[in-house]
Amino acid sequence: MTAQYIPLVVLLGVAGVLVVTFFLLSSILGKKNMTPTKAMPYESGMESHGAAGVRPSVKFYLTAILFVVFDVEAVFLYPWAIEYRSLGWAGLVMMLGFLVVLALGLLYVWKKGALEWE
Amino acid sequence: MMPLAILLGVVTFAGGLVWAERRLLALWQDRYGPNRVGPFGLLQVVADAIKLLTKEDWVPPFADRALFVLAPALVMVTALLSFAVVPVAPGIGVVGSNVGLLFFLAMTSMGAWGVVLAGWASNSKYSLLGGLRSAAQLLTYEAFMGLSLCGVVILAGSFDLREIVLAQRRVWFVVPQIVGCLTFLVAGLAAIHRLPFDLPEAEAELVAGYHSEYSGMKFAMFFVAEYVGITLISALSAVLFFGGWLGPVLPPIVWFFLKTSFFVGFFILLRAALPRPRFDQLMAFGWKVMLPVSLANLLVTGAIVLS
Repeated sequence: MTAQYIPLVVLLGVAGVLVVTFFLLSSILGKKNMTPTKAMPYESGMESHGAAGVRPSVKFYLTAILFVVFDVEAVFLYPWAIEYRSLGWAGLVMMLGFLVVLALGLLYVWKKGALEWE
Repeated sequence: MMPLAILLGVVTFAGGLVWAERRLLALWQDRYGPNRVGPFGLLQVVADAIKLLTKEDWVPPFADRALFVLAPALVMVTALLSFAVVPVAPGIGVVGSNVGLLFFLAMTSMGAWGVVLAGWASNSKYSLLGGLRSAAQLLTYEAFMGLSLCGVVILAGSFDLREIVLAQRRVWFVVPQIVGCLTFLVAGLAAIHRLPFDLPEAEAELVAGYHSEYSGMKFAMFFVAEYVGITLISALSAVLFFGGWLGPVLPPIVWFFLKTSFFVGFFILLRAALPRPRFDQLMAFGWKVMLPVSLANLLVTGAIVLS
């Protein structure tokens, strides 16, 4: 059981070594040339004003919350999907109930305007 | 040996893909594309790699150093790791895991972390906006990527990608799961933020989004990871919906290669043909169209399988 995943660990190792090698090579081969302009954040030639930590729109947080709701739903659906044939019609009816509640939730969020970006 | 062979194959394919994309785009835009380095410009990728290796390895003084270095590594490693569960042909593949599909979804989410971290660690306005956009976009499209694959899981009764391929011996899943296939393609394109879903790095609005501050090999990691991602989504579309290695006459590995290449070409055509939507349109499309459609597809599939 565990033995079958050894190649996966090998792949992880090889990929890690590949990335580290490239980074090292690049830091050895690349020249270093520090200038004051380079030490500023790139803003298409304008001088940078204020901190980069702009306050993100609340919509981003809302999207994150919606994601939690609908992705946890997907987590519930996987075991259901894999055992679907043995569950039969009872399984479909039960999941239908679950999905209807979720669809109502989506409809509510929709009507509340949480999906609108201005 | 198998992990090494798969890794080399994937990286070579991704390198060839960079060339193929530039040549095809040039063809569709009525220009030449790279044709100077080597026969048909094939060595252009090698020249680019040498150039990127000798560029300054720049870590901005205002950046969060550790995360700034970690982000491109994370993007690249997760992209390569996803290939562990892709069955190229019978007996060719890194692991035949019974949770293969879940592993792929997990790795896609981990890759999203890399992009968000890059945007945050850069500590620059454009980068941060790119990172935020990509976070919101990836969350939206991941929510229904899993849903769009549930139909396939119901039909095959397994998360193991080999068994999913074998379950398509009678008919490819694209026939009963055409809606699932389309939603998966859209979600996949968004997951690797590929045009028309490349808003996190929209150059006209955000310079280069989350990798504005990156240079040299660190930038190259994002770049290569994107092409590895295209290869991955193409390979998975072939495996999940178009019968993977199954096909007459030709050896299985050739069929897998042909089907993957077909999707790669399709994605390049999409890039050539479609404009970029506005960000609010993108989010609305995800929540208001794709999510309900994949839910409905799941229920319809369920009902058809039982009757």
